[in-house]
Amino acid sequence: MPKVTIDGQTIEVPEGTSILNAARLIGGEIVPPAMCYYTKLETSGGYCRTCMVKVVKGSEKDPRPMPKLVASCRQPVMDGMEVQNITSPEVVEARAGVVEFLLMNHPLDCPICDQAGECNLQDLGFEHGKEGTRYEFGRREFEKKDIGDKIQLHMTRCILCYRCVKVADQLCPSRVHGVMNRGDVSEISTYIEKAIDSEMSGNMIDVCPVGALTDKTFRFKSRVWFTKPVEAHRNCTKCSGNVRLWFKGEDVLRVTGRKDQWGEVKEFICNECRYDKKSVSDWVIEQPTHVDRHSVISQNHYENLKQIKLDVKKLKK
Amino acid sequence: MGRQLLINDLDKEGIATLAGYKANGGYAALEKALKMKPEEVVSEVQKSGLRGRGGAGFPTGMKWSFIAKPPGVPRYLVCNADESEPGTFKDRYLMQRKPHILIEGMIISSFALGANTSYIYIRGEMMYQFHILEKAIQEAYDAGYLGKNILGTGYDLDLYVHCGAGAYICGEETGLIESLEGKRGNPRIKPPFPAVKGVWQCPTVVNNVETLAAVVPIINMTGDEYAKIGIGKSTGTKLISASGHINKPGVYEIELGVPVEEFIYSDVYCGGIKNGKKMKAVVAGGSSVPILPTELILKTAKGEPRLMSYESLNDGGFISGTMLGSGGFIVMDEDTSVVKNLWNFTRFYHHESCGQCSPCREGTGWMEKILHKFLDGHATVKDIDLLWDIQSKIDSRTICPLGEAAAWPVASTIRHFRSEFEEYINKGEGFKDVKHYFRVNNLQPA
Amino acid sequence: MAEIKPIKFSDDALALSHKIMKRYPEGKQKSAILPVLHLAQAEFGGWLSAPVMDYVASLLSIQPVEVYEVASFYSMYNLKPVGKCVIEVCRTGPCWLMGAEDLVKFIEKKLNIKEGQTTADGMFTLKTVECLASCGTAPMMQIGEAYHENLTFEKCSGILDEYKAKGENVSHWRKERITNHSDIKQ
Repeated sequence: MPKVTIDGQTIEVPEGTSILNAARLIGGEIVPPAMCYYTKLETSGGYCRTCMVKVVKGSEKDPRPMPKLVASCRQPVMDGMEVQNITSPEVVEARAGVVEFLLMNHPLDCPICDQAGECNLQDLGFEHGKEGTRYEFGRREFEKKDIGDKIQLHMTRCILCYRCVKVADQLCPSRVHGVMNRGDVSEISTYIEKAIDSEMSGNMIDVCPVGALTDKTFRFKSRVWFTKPVEAHRNCTKCSGNVRLWFKGEDVLRVTGRKDQWGEVKEFICNECRYDKKSVSDWVIEQPTHVDRHSVISQNHYENLKQIKLDVKKLKK
Repeated sequence: MGRQLLINDLDKEGIATLAGYKANGGYAALEKALKMKPEEVVSEVQKSGLRGRGGAGFPTGMKWSFIAKPPGVPRYLVCNADESEPGTFKDRYLMQRKPHILIEGMIISSFALGANTSYIYIRGEMMYQFHILEKAIQEAYDAGYLGKNILGTGYDLDLYVHCGAGAYICGEETGLIESLEGKRGNPRIKPPFPAVKGVWQCPTVVNNVETLAAVVPIINMTGDEYAKIGIGKSTGTKLISASGHINKPGVYEIELGVPVEEFIYSDVYCGGIKNGKKMKAVVAGGSSVPILPTELILKTAKGEPRLMSYESLNDGGFISGTMLGSGGFIVMDEDTSVVKNLWNFTRFYHHESCGQCSPCREGTGWMEKILHKFLDGHATVKDIDLLWDIQSKIDSRTICPLGEAAAWPVASTIRHFRSEFEEYINKGEGFKDVKHYFRVNNLQPA
Repeated sequence: MAEIKPIKFSDDALALSHKIMKRYPEGKQKSAILPVLHLAQAEFGGWLSAPVMDYVASLLSIQPVEVYEVASFYSMYNLKPVGKCVIEVCRTGPCWLMGAEDLVKFIEKKLNIKEGQTTADGMFTLKTVECLASCGTAPMMQIGEAYHENLTFEKCSGILDEYKAKGENVSHWRKERITNHSDIKQ
């Protein structure tokens, strides 16, 4: 198995593993951010350029460094490869540049965006961006569109990661939306008004890294940080039925797939589970969700509560 | 004028037809090559030192040697006739006047690579040349040069023309492959390279029109003889498309190594600058390569005369040199505003960006807007530095070389003509009325 | 009420599109999309409406969105109605150096339209396009498949008058342009 060293930490990984996935196995700060790559979607990645790293040694066999920064999500590791991520000032600077590019035409309407609080672009900007932008021109504008009765498309927020297109290609029997036009006027669209309705289409919402595709059944119901995530399941004939419920008080406001620490869902869920099962009685509740990555909802109240209970128990003894 | 191998006989009657082409020695190389082993053909091309004529200058023989040969999987040769680099028009010229040299070169190259189906990807705009190629291919089929059992050797080849529909990015080899598959011309992320997984996931070689045409003289004269032409690692002849403010714009075939000064001022080539003006700058290899001011295009930083060759034009790297690129030689006279020229180029890259990856999608448009600020007289010194910073964040950060192509002109114009940007800033809004800087060409007949 | 014509290729255009599809390996007929869209544009009034693109999708056995994606990517496809004759003036690099900007202004004035617009009589649409590989003969414009090169105002004016006098539809693609043995594939 090839051995790769990323920012000084060495790991052995299966043949064909990408640098990004090797870094995720190591974990911690050295993991490059990824806005378009999605493990469960084939051919995803390579577009956003946020995960670029510097390969200072190609492999044991051919130790030459790679001449350009590479997209770590698409570059397989070679035995003896040495990679710099946060230890390379060039990478850090390039990444800040990409953040600026991605935010250049982004409306920054976080205060009215449902994704705020669980938005990968917010995290990216916070962790890797610089203060302010040097872009002083008008931003791209698009009309809001409904694509189907359950999903709203805010093209202004889109960063063209192509994930939703790949969901339609790989999970749905047919695809009715895609990327139209080219260059900086590219847009996700159905071209002529068409509804996206297939059993798995709702997963487009989960894979969207920003607030471009939002769940209309949840729109403006609550800021995500006021809701409490809980793992639950039900017997479903169309999907695994393993979901995450988002409670506000007693009410289930939203159902999504269970996302891992990289913001990727573990299993895709069907539209019935997502949209139509919004009462507690539909579900078997397992446990509160451990949230460990995202900024504003990672308060882990429940864990803290548990800890307090344990502490109290100890004290009582 | 030096030796010409590709366009030497354009004045011969009927050279565009098979009969005329054959009467002037055409298809002799094919007959010779089909008697050789495919590896021997590859080896001749390797010996010739031929380098890709589309812009990158990668050794053709080496590219061919990379093609994967998994058993039972077809291989393809695709000719890149998507000539869209501003300043370049040699391929259109060659295909229109001598289509059979491309077809002969493609048959030989397909044979060398073991391809049984090959395509010519031509720009959709070049419908006229499309038709010429279709007719020529038909003639070649009728003569037994294409189809089954070519010249009784047992080798089969089908050759088709495929047309694009208006996208510069399809000149990038993986964008071209996507387009040939009937998709948007979005370049692929490499690896895998086309030599392993190209069109329809099969091993594919993509070569420029001129590269494939050059295979014909190489086989005729042997690779060793071809390698004697030219200078150093720049072997053979090269078609140069000359345009801009020169007396004799057009396509010239040069032996690599001709001094740039001779190329510009000799009556055999460009014939000097139009209207007796002085030369200001040259873009030597198509719009993507760095622009150079007169003193650096005629002489290297070391003071040696600069030659038309891959190495000499690149002498000094991008600090004081440029690239031969596709051979699109654009000359600008003293009245030209290089800032406005840069705006024009940048607008082009903005328009042609496919929009897949963020630095190019967002950065090209941003640079265009800033350059427009200069033209409007609203720019400040900060904008020059900002432009520099943006181009540095696009350069080498993108999926395909369009990022570099958009960044290099910006970097080189700032590097060599910073004072002109400053002039735009100092003169403010009033500057845009200065006729001198906003060229008004006299299009009225003299 | 006006009769709604069903969208369908003429017999020879249909035969031709099948012939083009055979140029690609079996199951890869999607590759024919660019030529077939050119053909469709020539057949259905110089532009591609959504129903025309749906028809092309059915011909190639692909999903309509795949056609929309492709048609909107390439600049030669008109997604809105155009005049009988589309004037495409090159505006890039060498053509700009040689006066393309003035040429566009001249045509705008002559036809009394702006770039991107169509004349009231539906005869001309004016477009500016990127480098057409005719830099040595700049400035130039393309109308249909013809390149008009080394233009002066006078020459350009004369050419436009000629097209106007003829009053014919001019398209990039003509069916008779496909002539090789594409149907002999094994």
